[in-house]
Amino acid sequence: MAKRAILGLVTVGLVVAAAFASFYVVPMERTMGPIQRIFYFHAASAWAGMTAFFICFVGNLMYVWRREPKWDWLGVSAVEVGLAFTTIVLITGPIWAHPVWGIWWTWDWRLTSTFVMCLLYISYLLLRTLIEEPDRRALLSALFGIFAFLDVPLVYFSIRWWRTQHPQPVVMGGPGSGLEPTMRKVFFFSVLAMHALMVLLLSERYKMEKLSGEVDELRREAEAQ
Amino acid sequence: MALLSNTAVLLGKELRTEFRSRELLTTTLVFILTIMILFSFTLQSSGGDSRSVGPGLLWLAILFAASLMLQPGFLREQTNDTLSALRLAVSDPFAIFLAKLIASAIFLLLMEILLLPIFAILFNVHILGVFPQLVLVFFLGSLGIAIPGTAFSAISAQARMRELLLPLLLLPLLTPVLVASTEATAGLLSVQPALQGKWLGFLAGFDVVFLTALWLFGEYLLEE
Repeated sequence: MAKRAILGLVTVGLVVAAAFASFYVVPMERTMGPIQRIFYFHAASAWAGMTAFFICFVGNLMYVWRREPKWDWLGVSAVEVGLAFTTIVLITGPIWAHPVWGIWWTWDWRLTSTFVMCLLYISYLLLRTLIEEPDRRALLSALFGIFAFLDVPLVYFSIRWWRTQHPQPVVMGGPGSGLEPTMRKVFFFSVLAMHALMVLLLSERYKMEKLSGEVDELRREAEAQ
Repeated sequence: MALLSNTAVLLGKELRTEFRSRELLTTTLVFILTIMILFSFTLQSSGGDSRSVGPGLLWLAILFAASLMLQPGFLREQTNDTLSALRLAVSDPFAIFLAKLIASAIFLLLMEILLLPIFAILFNVHILGVFPQLVLVFFLGSLGIAIPGTAFSAISAQARMRELLLPLLLLPLLTPVLVASTEATAGLLSVQPALQGKWLGFLAGFDVVFLTALWLFGEYLLEE
């Protein structure tokens, strides 16, 4: 209990510090003004969401290989947390886009492909609600999760070749791209903070899933007797 | 080698089952035509140029139709539990998938070839000069639909609400196929027809990625 409280406090501290830094430490962006400060949450959440989906992929692979319920719990927890972060991205994106591009939404490649990825993982959660038997649900959703994760880069590239309005990658992009040093430090700090939050949420969600899995198991045993 | 001979036998079975009744082919063909006509109504009322959106309409109609057409693939095997028999009969369960997906790709390609002349007349495009290239695009695109489609029809057959579930699982996953096929088709039907190697390569890559995934994980989809 004490450990959980400390971890929670540290995470909250990191997120608050990242918010503080993005408002008061980084210099003002020249063309976009204060709205650019949303970048530190927008892009950091996107990275944390992708990490969560990658964790889900690992959980899915491990489930198919080992058939231990814990990997299924990890998979579903990671998808839910990943979707939460992707929702942050899809909400902060339009808030940023409206003053800068003059529109809330554009069918640009990164927006569109993030949206498609979101739909894929919502399908994953829906699929789980439609299969009763726990082992079958775990196996089939794990297999769907593997297919969905393989599809993500293909979605990205197909839509990228198709059209582009979003800025080219600033962090780890090609030559000529890059962030001002303070911005860079704050950005990576935000990424760290969002990842800490993601891991915290994931571990809490995992514990819930584990409990509900165990309760389910007990209920089945009781009914069988 | 056992894989190939098993697949050939199973493919023969799939084709025989379908060509005996032809019910899947005829209903899907009419379905695609209906969707295309309905789509063009909505576009004309908004003043869109039906010729430039033609390839997109065609592929969207094919995608919708395929997500319904792939439905019976594994469902049909459930009624008399023929799937267990199939599993016992083949040495590698991948042969079951391979036969079903090749059959589905053949059905899709057949329908597309039948639809192309109608499409050309309705949307006023010239297809005669680029017919072989079009068939190549349609072949790669249909394979791209059939591979994950067959895998997911095995998933949806084991769930509730399966009729709704398959399109839900399949359509977002097929976004890359829709984009690539539409672009490649549009390139061939433009004023200066050109075969876009980039999109063809992309479609081929998509097919390879998911065929490999199906080969690796297919057997788990059929577990009892």
